[in-house]
Amino acid sequence: MTFAPAAPADTHVLSAAAMAVALSNVAAGYHDRVALEDVSLDVRPGSLLAIVGPNGAGKSTLLKVIAGLVPAWSGSVSVLGAAPGSAAERIAYVPQAELVDWHFPITVSGVVMMGRYPRLGLARRPGKADREAVREALASVGMLEHADRQIGALSGGQRRRVFLARAVAADAELFLLDEPVTGVDAATQEDIMGILAANASAGRTIIATTHDLACAAQCFRRVVAINRTIVADGPAEIALDPDILARAYSGHLLVLGGNRVVLDDAHHHDESASERHFHDNGG
Amino acid sequence: MDLVLEPLGYPIFIRALVAAILVGTVCAVVGTYVVLRGLAFIGDAIGHAAFPGVVVAFMLNAPFYLGAAIAAVGTALSIGFVTRRTTLRADTTIGVLFAGTFALGIFLFSAIEGYVADLFSFLVGNILFISFSNLIGLLILGGVVLAAVAVLWKELLYSTFDPLGAAASGLPVGRLEYVLLTLVALTIVVSVQAVGIVLVVAMLVTPPAAAQLLTVRFGRLMGLAVVFGVAGAVIGLYLSYWLDVASGASIVLVVTTIFLAVLAFNPRGGLLRPRGQQQRRATAE
Repeated sequence: MTFAPAAPADTHVLSAAAMAVALSNVAAGYHDRVALEDVSLDVRPGSLLAIVGPNGAGKSTLLKVIAGLVPAWSGSVSVLGAAPGSAAERIAYVPQAELVDWHFPITVSGVVMMGRYPRLGLARRPGKADREAVREALASVGMLEHADRQIGALSGGQRRRVFLARAVAADAELFLLDEPVTGVDAATQEDIMGILAANASAGRTIIATTHDLACAAQCFRRVVAINRTIVADGPAEIALDPDILARAYSGHLLVLGGNRVVLDDAHHHDESASERHFHDNGG
Repeated sequence: MDLVLEPLGYPIFIRALVAAILVGTVCAVVGTYVVLRGLAFIGDAIGHAAFPGVVVAFMLNAPFYLGAAIAAVGTALSIGFVTRRTTLRADTTIGVLFAGTFALGIFLFSAIEGYVADLFSFLVGNILFISFSNLIGLLILGGVVLAAVAVLWKELLYSTFDPLGAAASGLPVGRLEYVLLTLVALTIVVSVQAVGIVLVVAMLVTPPAAAQLLTVRFGRLMGLAVVFGVAGAVIGLYLSYWLDVASGASIVLVVTTIFLAVLAFNPRGGLLRPRGQQQRRATAE
């Protein structure tokens, strides 16, 4: 078993099969472009882990390799004790909010019900147990009263909670979340992180990418900083360590007093602006 | 009333009526996925790609739907394959294959000597030309499409709404895409004689588009699309019979009229409703 440069938060050594996720010397990419190389990462069940790094550092690719959506070119990948893709019905993946068609004709409970589809199998219609699981999942994220609304009629934070409810309804053991708190306000961020922490405490493994270093430091238990390969891996405080950040963001980070400003992150601000506009409309 | 009942005395009209209901239903069901996935252009392309198959079947004296099915399904799968295996954009691949296959159809069509009114009817649609044996073939084909959707509706829905989430949780998203393209191709085969190759995309896209303006629920959207599609096909058939015009054009004009009426007057913010109401709606959302 290999360890990344900084000591991982896990002190006990588990075998790869007992880990929720075990990557060893993984390289991956798209067509002929390398996005990740020499990535080794062990994640215990019940972890609450943030993947941080600049745009184009491979955060989403790493998440997709774990999800079985992008194949590893080399190295070994074990997810929930199996090859990637083999334990798929125990994995819930939540895409970036901007990749979802929010005008899609589906209700909140319809989205959450999708979490039940993979286990139902072909030609089977959702039954009473499925509807009950959907209600429980919606209640666990505080969205039960919105069950019959169209998904796009919700605020940004509510939409994300619905996707978390889908993961809960799927009874997934591993949550893979691409930018779950990007572009939401501080109170919403706290709500979402509360839901994630509760699920981690219940034994589920949570891995999320994030642009937000303060959130990574405060709300997660472990942080992995990447820039094509793992730059640092350790307890959440490392997300605020200037030396580690300088390596991850290689010069694109401006440290002003206690505030960290990431300069290459224009997109994040755009989304925040549209989010605020949405709240103003009373969503 | 006689105007409505009188044509029902003719077997040729009864056959056309059955075909109209079939086309309206199958197109609306498959078209719902086409609209939600943004596949309208592919639908148009596959319609045109069916033409060389129809012409070859005519030359070989085989049922037109066999030739159309081979050409349409072949083109649909080629579009999916080339798009996945190259860096070309999907609309580019479609543009190349669609024009190429349609050109082949026109080439063969113009090479045939003598009277080819039968073939011309496939371009603009003539639902009254459907023979009994063709109708049976189309009913079987349409039944296969509806059965496939009945088995796969929720997997197709999940992979349409969130392909990454669906794939990560184990659904075979890539294979489902090929299945959907095949269903689109078979739907077009069922529809070309009624509405014609040039217009078939309208039957796939227009009824679900009108329904999408009226509801935010997937099941209701598909149901409403079927109502609009069947109503459009049946009313269009009558218009075609009464006025002696091409059935494809009259059917498509009826569904287009339904769409425009919904667009103008629908209760969820039609374009011709007072502005105040529209704004209240936007605020409520």
